Amino acid sequence: MKLTLHRRQILWAYAFLSVSLVFFVVIRWYPAVLALNISVRDWNVFQGSGPWVGAANFQAIWEDLFKPRSAVRAAFLNTFKYVLLGVPLQLVLALGISLLLMQIRRLSGFFRAAYFIPYVTSFVAVAFVWNWLYAPQAGLINQTLTALGLPTQPFLRSPQQALPSIALVAVWRSLGFAIIIFLAGLQQIPEMYYEAAQIDGANRWQSFWRITLPLLNPVIVYLAVLQTIQFLRMFDLVQNMSTDNAGGPLKSTTTVVLEVYKEGFSSYNMGYAAALTIILFAVILLITLVQMRLLSRRVEY
Amino acid sequence: MASSFDTGLDSKIELAEKIVTGPSRSKRPFSWSMALVYLLLSLGAVVMVVPFLWMLLTSLKPASELVQFSFLPKNPTLDNYTTVLTTSDFPRWYLNSLIIATISTASVAFFDSLVGYTLNKFDFPGKNIIFVGILATLMVPTEMLIIPWYTMSVHWGWNEGPAQYWGIVFPGVITAVGIFLMRQFFDGVPNELLDAARIDGVNEFGIFWRVALPLVKPAVAALMIFNFIGNWNAYLWPLIVASGRAYYTLPVGLSFFRGESLTEWEKIMTGASLATLPLLLVFIIFQRQIIKGIALTGIKG
Repeated sequence: MKLTLHRRQILWAYAFLSVSLVFFVVIRWYPAVLALNISVRDWNVFQGSGPWVGAANFQAIWEDLFKPRSAVRAAFLNTFKYVLLGVPLQLVLALGISLLLMQIRRLSGFFRAAYFIPYVTSFVAVAFVWNWLYAPQAGLINQTLTALGLPTQPFLRSPQQALPSIALVAVWRSLGFAIIIFLAGLQQIPEMYYEAAQIDGANRWQSFWRITLPLLNPVIVYLAVLQTIQFLRMFDLVQNMSTDNAGGPLKSTTTVVLEVYKEGFSSYNMGYAAALTIILFAVILLITLVQMRLLSRRVEY
Repeated sequence: MASSFDTGLDSKIELAEKIVTGPSRSKRPFSWSMALVYLLLSLGAVVMVVPFLWMLLTSLKPASELVQFSFLPKNPTLDNYTTVLTTSDFPRWYLNSLIIATISTASVAFFDSLVGYTLNKFDFPGKNIIFVGILATLMVPTEMLIIPWYTMSVHWGWNEGPAQYWGIVFPGVITAVGIFLMRQFFDGVPNELLDAARIDGVNEFGIFWRVALPLVKPAVAALMIFNFIGNWNAYLWPLIVASGRAYYTLPVGLSFFRGESLTEWEKIMTGASLATLPLLLVFIIFQRQIIKGIALTGIKG
């Protein structure tokens, strides 16, 4: 039987997709379902099975959330602190720098590159560079404080200062990304709006609040969501920057993903760890859906 | 994830180009406010770059110089590099990272383009379901998949011996983000060109490989750069699946190296420099493409 051209095209399409379809089913979809399955079992990773325990893992997490000294309680609270501290700081700094970058012509390529550099480097290397900067006596920051006659700070060794110190590094590391996205948004705002506002006697401050900020709203929402998800997934920096032990001192820096790692791969408490990841997934999904709602609203000018 | 800007591909590319080169505004005369803008931007740039400079400078100092406060090394030496490269497994970790980043980048470049091309240029039953099925995987954070992936790896023996290379690489051999990106870029390839090749008797794979793919080379290049950087820096999954020291990637090795070097900061900074320098080099060479690519897609690295 001779195949028609269209039929042949369909066969080619399926042939082209075959490997990738297998990949997405086996490596992406099946594990997602398996994660749900593991979360309702007392899973033994070496047997690849485990008895059904229903919602027991989720119930255990729920109970741990109310135990004052539990690591999981600390992890959830800290993760929210990272988000609440990191995301606004990131957005404000990035917007400020982008607005400054929009003003200049000379050296603008150089500045863009300088702000972007940390984004291409590994979190682990970055973590150690900052460990050294934050070091108690010989660290550059404390040396500078001493030279200025100011008291030295414990930074990563203090339960109060460790979390903000790590959050700051996370902001520093991906600031360049946010700046690029803001620049893309800013350059889409037509120059004539500003010119019209100027003719109407608006100053720069008014133009910023009445034109820039409202028109930038979709970009701000997009970045806020992306960065929130990044901060919800904090792991690399915390694992490599915390002192005493991972998540320390006194659990003051631990995060949800760090507890997933400890529960799953140090204690081999896989069911409990999987349940934690399902909760993380639910939170991220919720935030993404809220973003979609916010962005689908048409902005009227 | 795609950016939220709903403009056509051409205007997007033009916009991305502008972000690299800066706004094309008329030259302004000197003013104090411009001087202030440059001052603020320079201060910011110092904060972004000094940590890396400090890392490099520390790696060039003998241990005895670390406690004294001097920015530049008094007796610069490469001894730390010789020591680290000869007494640790750094050369091996380099090789591992290179192998893993190369394999996944080659695979992603091929499969993401092929699938993106098929989803853009072919009509076949189930096309929308497949596309949505691929995109939906973006909603699932990798943290949720690591426990199932680990279970699968243990089951198939991918966490032992040379199979660990496959164990580390398999989750990233095809990416949904890349498919989404490439599908968009094949819009720019005119269908008439493909039909002309068909009339000339070129088979469908030949049309993809020799006609369509060369036309989207810049997009493939951007995809490859991001993927290489992402894999070079990947930490959580390699940390979990690589069980033997000989199969660590650079970030994982660096993390363990730190644990062994305790407070020998000159050694740790040497390790961090070794892990970071190749990326800084890649960034300096491909700076324009990287920033343009980010602006174009909002890819999260």
